[in-house]
Amino acid sequence: MARITMREAISQALWEEMERDPNVFIMGQEVGVWGGTYAVTKGFYDHFGEKRVRDTPISEAAIIGSTIGAAINGLRPVAELMTINFAFSAMEHIVNEAAKLHYMFGGQMELPLVIRTPGGGGRQLGATHSQTPDVIFAHFPGLIVISPGDPYDAKGLLKSAIRSNDPVLFIENATLYQVRGEVPAGEYTVPIGKSSVKRTGKDLTLITYSKMLGTSLKAAEELSRDGIEVEIVDLRTLRPIDMEPVINSFMKTNRAVIVEEGWKSFGIGAEVAAQIYEKAFDYVDAPILRVAQKEVPLPYNQYLEQLALPQVEDVIRAVKETING
Amino acid sequence: MEKNESLDLYYQMVIIRRLEEKAAELYQQGKIGGFLHLYIGQEAVSTGLLSVRQPEDRVITAYRDHGVAVNMGISPDEIMAELLGKASGCSSGKGGSMHLADVEKNFFGGHAIVGAHLPLAAGLALADQYKQNKSITICLFGDGSTNIGYFHEALNLSKVWNLPVLWVCENNKYGMGTSVERSSAVSEIQIKASGYNMKSDQVDGMNIIKVRHTASRMLAEIRDGGGPQLLEVETYRYVGHSMGDPERYRTQAEVIKWREDDPIGIYRNHLINEKTATGMELDEIDRNAEQVINKAVLFAESSPEPAPEDLFAHIYNEKEGEVI
Repeated sequence: MARITMREAISQALWEEMERDPNVFIMGQEVGVWGGTYAVTKGFYDHFGEKRVRDTPISEAAIIGSTIGAAINGLRPVAELMTINFAFSAMEHIVNEAAKLHYMFGGQMELPLVIRTPGGGGRQLGATHSQTPDVIFAHFPGLIVISPGDPYDAKGLLKSAIRSNDPVLFIENATLYQVRGEVPAGEYTVPIGKSSVKRTGKDLTLITYSKMLGTSLKAAEELSRDGIEVEIVDLRTLRPIDMEPVINSFMKTNRAVIVEEGWKSFGIGAEVAAQIYEKAFDYVDAPILRVAQKEVPLPYNQYLEQLALPQVEDVIRAVKETING
Repeated sequence: MEKNESLDLYYQMVIIRRLEEKAAELYQQGKIGGFLHLYIGQEAVSTGLLSVRQPEDRVITAYRDHGVAVNMGISPDEIMAELLGKASGCSSGKGGSMHLADVEKNFFGGHAIVGAHLPLAAGLALADQYKQNKSITICLFGDGSTNIGYFHEALNLSKVWNLPVLWVCENNKYGMGTSVERSSAVSEIQIKASGYNMKSDQVDGMNIIKVRHTASRMLAEIRDGGGPQLLEVETYRYVGHSMGDPERYRTQAEVIKWREDDPIGIYRNHLINEKTATGMELDEIDRNAEQVINKAVLFAESSPEPAPEDLFAHIYNEKEGEVI
């Protein structure tokens, strides 16, 4: 298997699906002539042409609103928002239209729409361009929210998302674009709505997703040297969330730590912990802890920014605290 | 126009009027819940406009959508059932008054957030342009929505990409209770098209003949590849914004003055003056419409409520609770 970057994996998924189905097209800011601000769609404009790789005005509501319209009228659009922070300018169309049309009209409208967008902090972009607001979107029934942690899942999940007839918000952590992982050469997909066990262990269950998968895997290696073996469950899809592998793992380890990049309050960790308490309370041996971003708007200064973001050491500390009490 | 076509337009307008009057009654009896926005006074707008469309054209509108639903061929039975929230309603009782639709008839719905459906309309048109269909998207909205960003983003995109859209502003003079003069920098809405280098026109929306004439000319130009256009239709709603509107923002005298221009009355006189129909023939249509609406109420009231398991149906397109 080839080791390719997350950028290449996502790019391959888009390319293959566009070759496979002429109704798939891309639109967003700088996706065409520029080649994508993160170079994900580099070369697409020359190969597929301006009809299928559409540069738009800086007009997020129009981008999302019109791709919804195109989706209910028979196309399979892949909209790109330059960053998830700009999704707030299209909030109405994501949560009030995309998430609701199918239900609100009694199942008449199909929305085969994918919204791709990079998110996450750690690049000194300041408070407005560094957020991880994934949980806000995961709150809405009717929307599918996916955020992969490695190139294999990114490619397979994006292909499933493009083939799905439901609206999908596909969140890519921008610091992962350079990260490499093994991706097979042939055709494959990864199912939406399925969590995945990324490491087995008996002592504690780490539940995470996206960039924090890598952080958690690093923490797991160091913990292993101290004789602590953690099991890692990657959620991959935030809505609909698949808790079964989490509960199965927890019933074995009886301890859990949830690691996410976004703010702790009202976060993914809060949801996962609550579901563990609801479904497996008799198996709880220690309080479930959460590792997450400090409750501040992310500062520009690199030291302060890293201080606010969850680090490998934070994960190690939380795991040891949970195990040692 | 053939006689039967002329009379059908009259029938559609009367059906809308009777349906709306009956809906108001049922609302006061507590049988219709939520919000209810009536189309009384504006019947000539959608009836005239949609009578000159082609079957392949796409139609989308705002929440004052009962008239458009009638003109798009949704039966009064299904509309009334939807207003009563019944499973037999056109949106299975999930949408209510503001969310009538029938995608198979190319009606992509009433939409309840002011202006938010305009970008959707651009997308409907984009899909047809992409597939090289001859369809035009006809998008109706109120004067109030021309002050929100979605209007401007959608008009701009439609012009940049030369999308086949007829933007139709139903200027009924008030966004809820705030007059156009108090809320818009220009009270002649069609001027806003010039900011997007877009052709526009204005028409008297109380006269169905004039609406048809102007709309069919604009649709022909758009179908020839001329790009999007904006049509401002001057109209007036005789009743409040929604049920329970105290109407402190306008005088009775103003309402009475506009009622003299009743779109159904104007068209009725036209048909009689042109000797297309006699008063007796039109009275017969009135009685027929009344019966159709009474039957629709019976149908809606006797239809079952949605089943409890319908609560979880249609959240996702894939089978309930399951995705790929």
